[in-house]
Amino acid sequence: MANVPAFCTQAKADFMNGLHALGASVIRAGTTKDTLYAALYLVTGSRGAGDTVYNNTGELAGTGNYTQGGMAVTTANGPAVASGKAYFTPSASLVWSALTSSAAFDAVLIYNYTSTTKLAISVHTFGSQSIVAGTFTLTMPTNNETTGLIRIE
Amino acid sequence: MLINTTSGLIDETLLEKKTGIINNEIEHTTWVEYWFEGELVHRSAHVTLKQPVCAFGAAEKIGG
Repeated sequence: MANVPAFCTQAKADFMNGLHALGASVIRAGTTKDTLYAALYLVTGSRGAGDTVYNNTGELAGTGNYTQGGMAVTTANGPAVASGKAYFTPSASLVWSALTSSAAFDAVLIYNYTSTTKLAISVHTFGSQSIVAGTFTLTMPTNNETTGLIRIE
Repeated sequence: MLINTTSGLIDETLLEKKTGIINNEIEHTTWVEYWFEGELVHRSAHVTLKQPVCAFGAAEKIGG
């Protein structure tokens, strides 16, 4: 069988797990998984691929039962691999209750709360929403190699 | 059923209810609004994300 160049599938998950450092890295405090947080951003938030760390520029104001910085993300399932892809999806919905949003919002930033600088991981957008004395629920897609929320293909 | 509103708990029968659905390649969203005397007093939404974010890994052959 011929050899083929490949980005090894398991390595994709290993990158997600912080097992490779191809540049200067950090000394980790332990072997446990990091805590992730999710924060909501206004439609004018200008969030995207250029984000490097969490900050509150463009975030919902800390009013109406919203706490800036967002909320912890449930991550019961670690990264998995299938069909040459690595994928990861939070394992529970994000629910903000009794919320009145300070303005319309359409994005959530998932970031590494454990890291000293609160490193940004991903931005996910949806149709503009405003919540009035209500509940905002953000449900994750099915966790597989096709629809998993964060993937390395 | 009592609904949490900007004016406190109000019986649902006293409120005008509006609902909607957004379903596209990005999301499946349902929302519900309650209005009282022409004022929006409650709005909730449930967004289910459909669109993942992807990084594409590549390993190139050397000396191509």
